[in-house]
Amino acid sequence: MIELKNITKTFSEGNISVHAVKDVSLVIDKGEIFGIIGFSGAGKSTLVRCINLLERPDAGKVFVDGKDLTALKARDLRSARKKIGMIFQHFNLMPSRTVAGNVEYSLFGSGLSKEAKRKKVRELLSLVDIADKENAYPSQLSGGQKQRVAIARALANDPKVLLCDEATSALDPQTTASILDLLQSLNKKLGLTVVVITHEMAVVKQICDRVAVMEDGNVVEEGDVFSIFANPKHQITKDFIKTTSNLQKIEGLIASGSDVAKLKPGEVILRLSYKKANTSEALISEVSRKFNINLNIIYADVEIVKDAPIGGTVAIVSGEKSDIDAAIKYLQDKEVGVEVIKDERNIVHSLTKCIG
Amino acid sequence: MKEILYILLPNVSAKPNEIIDATVQTINMMVLSGAISLIFGLIFGVIVVVTSPRGILKNAFIYNIMDKLINVFRSIPFVILLAALIPFTRMVVGTAIGTKGAILPLVFGTVPFFTRQIESALYEVDKGLIEAAQSMGSSPIEIIFRVYLRESLPGIIRGVQITFISLLGLTAMAGAIGGGGLGDFAIRYGHQRNQTDVTYATVIIILIMVSLIQGLGNKAIKKTTH
Repeated sequence: MIELKNITKTFSEGNISVHAVKDVSLVIDKGEIFGIIGFSGAGKSTLVRCINLLERPDAGKVFVDGKDLTALKARDLRSARKKIGMIFQHFNLMPSRTVAGNVEYSLFGSGLSKEAKRKKVRELLSLVDIADKENAYPSQLSGGQKQRVAIARALANDPKVLLCDEATSALDPQTTASILDLLQSLNKKLGLTVVVITHEMAVVKQICDRVAVMEDGNVVEEGDVFSIFANPKHQITKDFIKTTSNLQKIEGLIASGSDVAKLKPGEVILRLSYKKANTSEALISEVSRKFNINLNIIYADVEIVKDAPIGGTVAIVSGEKSDIDAAIKYLQDKEVGVEVIKDERNIVHSLTKCIG
Repeated sequence: MKEILYILLPNVSAKPNEIIDATVQTINMMVLSGAISLIFGLIFGVIVVVTSPRGILKNAFIYNIMDKLINVFRSIPFVILLAALIPFTRMVVGTAIGTKGAILPLVFGTVPFFTRQIESALYEVDKGLIEAAQSMGSSPIEIIFRVYLRESLPGIIRGVQITFISLLGLTAMAGAIGGGGLGDFAIRYGHQRNQTDVTYATVIIILIMVSLIQGLGNKAIKKTTH
């Protein structure tokens, strides 16, 4: 649906030039929710503006629905833009127009009669569940309500694509969730292709099918959300995932000498992370039984991402060294990621040797 | 009532028709030159904003010329502008004196000022709104009329208020080239013939006019702000 080919964009003011996007290529499929995540300054907002050419790339091509937007004349570009809706972090509603007026704004020049426009506006407002505010002004609405109006406005010309530029970043967590729900349902109901720009991994986790991670103008990692979460390769991706998971806290606990992370001789702290959508098997109790070891779970953080559990467990494992080793091997065969965080197995050996 | 007026404003009461005429002349000059200035100021203000380096129709050439011209005309003191424009006024209007002759210099003195007012009102429109309009496929003309001018209406009205009040001051000066009006009236009688009550009376009339402009403007601003 959207294809970006070698997009490059540099901003320069005076002598200072900022390379915002560096040779980025992306393909976004029809009907998917595609996330672009990055810290501020990573170039993600510039990249999304290149999709509807609010920013014209210095080099590269932009295809939306098979059309090369970079080759269009101003007039054709404007009509192409009507088929690409966009919503913003600060909503950008016109303060002088009512809710209905704001939605009607984008129907200008659509050729619809006054009656048809009013009908369309009402439909859109009930689609986003805010029909009762038709005559209110934006200043009388809450953030979530404003974003709903903005979504209705963006959908007025029946676009095939919706670009969301940090659309939930100015909202509280509850409102964020409800707006994300709405985006997801619109994606399903209308077959809308949605591009979500965000700096919150939680947003990606909740609604995206695929995600691209951006750093310093480059896409450093790209893939379906489950495998990115299960198997992050790039450091920045790992940093993002950390922000939504408890599993990384164990290092901190060990460093601070917390009691929960203290080991007896012969014990080991393992971090098990589920890398495939097969975690419905009762692995923990299975290895415990099979290898005669004990697992004392310190943390467990499992979430459902795209209908598959993802996350893992941090546990203190105690038992015979050979049993523990065999258990680790078994888990690895089951494609569970095993990391040894703190190991005091060898102490056991020297101890037993002494006693022996 | 009449007696009190005679005691308080002896010289004004002696020429009631003249003060009424002067007031009408002032209003005439204001309305005519004001209306012309509003039209030009609005057009120039929009041109400056849309051609500015971050504008929707960026054009360094037009922007620089406009910007410099405005600065030039704004730096000429009005009294000097009045004198300097006499030949030009005579050429265009046929006469450089009287209310008719005052209109042109008033327009030249007001347009740059009002253009700057419009400019700052338009710059206050949230960039996000322009971006949103562009993302919805609005053309530059549409953005000018449906976003810039509409969303900055309270700011524009504020600019009109300030402009008209400063224009009122300029009309008084225009009296110096025989433009008539309250300023001329006050100088001729109040100053030159030492009829102090005439000066006070004109000040009061001007005060009422300023209050009217301010009051009406505020009402309009309130109505257009949501």
